[in-house]
Amino acid sequence: MYAQMVKSEASKDDPDKLAAFQARIDAGDKIEPKDWMPAGYRKTLIRQIGQHAHSEIVGQLPEGNWITRAPTLERKAILLAKVQDEAGHGLYLYCAAETLGVSRDELTEMLLDGRMKYSSIFNYPTLTWADMGAVGWLVDGAAIMNQVPLQRTSFGPYSRAMIRICKEESFHQRQGYDIMMKMCQGTDAQKRMAQDAMNRFWYPALMMFGPSDKDSVHSAQSMTWKIKMNTNDELRQKFVDQTVPQAEYLGLTIPDPDLVWNDDKGGYDFSEPDWSEFFDVIQGNGPCNTERLAARNKAWDDGAWVRDGLMAHAEKRAARKVAAE
Amino acid sequence: MNTPAETASTPKRREWPLWEVFIRGQHGLNHRHVGSLHAPDAEMAIKNARDVYTRRNEGVSIWVVEARHIAASSPSDKGPLYEPSESKVYRHPSFFDIPEDVGAM
Repeated sequence: MYAQMVKSEASKDDPDKLAAFQARIDAGDKIEPKDWMPAGYRKTLIRQIGQHAHSEIVGQLPEGNWITRAPTLERKAILLAKVQDEAGHGLYLYCAAETLGVSRDELTEMLLDGRMKYSSIFNYPTLTWADMGAVGWLVDGAAIMNQVPLQRTSFGPYSRAMIRICKEESFHQRQGYDIMMKMCQGTDAQKRMAQDAMNRFWYPALMMFGPSDKDSVHSAQSMTWKIKMNTNDELRQKFVDQTVPQAEYLGLTIPDPDLVWNDDKGGYDFSEPDWSEFFDVIQGNGPCNTERLAARNKAWDDGAWVRDGLMAHAEKRAARKVAAE
Repeated sequence: MNTPAETASTPKRREWPLWEVFIRGQHGLNHRHVGSLHAPDAEMAIKNARDVYTRRNEGVSIWVVEARHIAASSPSDKGPLYEPSESKVYRHPSFFDIPEDVGAM
């Protein structure tokens, strides 16, 4: 997902209140912003929703890279609409996080100075047009795996944001697959491009689910709170099982010689991604980390005069209106 | 609805205020709360709402109101506010048994 390795916070709240809170969650109640909630629940959610929002925003960069170079006007319009959706998804999520008592500007500043993370996947470059296909199909596909169950998450504003997002996300995956189909029906060179994109994005897509969390106390706490609905391994397995037939249809090879159907578990056995690469990327050493953060910082700094100017204009007009009354 | 985070660590500039957005999905329906956004003033809030919340024909009309102007009931008032109506089952038509011979009523 878009939120990887979110640390959950232990709660030192009143045990009676904690028990009552947990009972509400177990009963399937939605927690709303003004309801009592454990400090740890609030903090963990801010971290998780914030990271998710940042991923949507930074996620615009690898695709924005191809808007002006899309092969046709139609593809360009579609990609533009997709990237605009990502901005919208970021905004829904920032608003959900804000209900927990943090402001959007504070969250943005924490992204910009590196205190908060975004998904590792957006630190990989998009080198060819086929990457637009692979990103939509695999990256958005992996995101959907996580986001669909999160529609049932216990925190009301997060759940509602996820419902809106999921409605739009399916367009993203389909437009990606559509690009891949076109490439795979094309010339040999185009097929090679599609295979190359698949080769580069397969393992980074598997990494999106985060390392195995079977024994993670953070995951266990988040699952009890219903802010994480499945383990990372469950979602990764589901993603592989869903994606293999889609790759076969395209005539693409999954870059994993050990990928094999396992009748006993009713799913594929597959190779783990290189987790040392994953940790390296989230620590800031991926191929595009510096570039991505520099682009976000530049956008924030370059936009400062617009934000200030519009605010000053609004205040001046409001003051004039008061004076006239 | 959001609680403005005035606990922030010394904000350098004023953040754009928060607006709550209500959209009429189709003619004849009520406006419904769909989410919130930041904008410097009402005009920009409507423009932003159009971009953020109606990219796929979700609406025919937009209302925006600054979040700080909304008064809301508190979760702890749930009992006093809503319990009284629980005992008034006669407010529902199904409370009354009407013989079938009477026909539709």
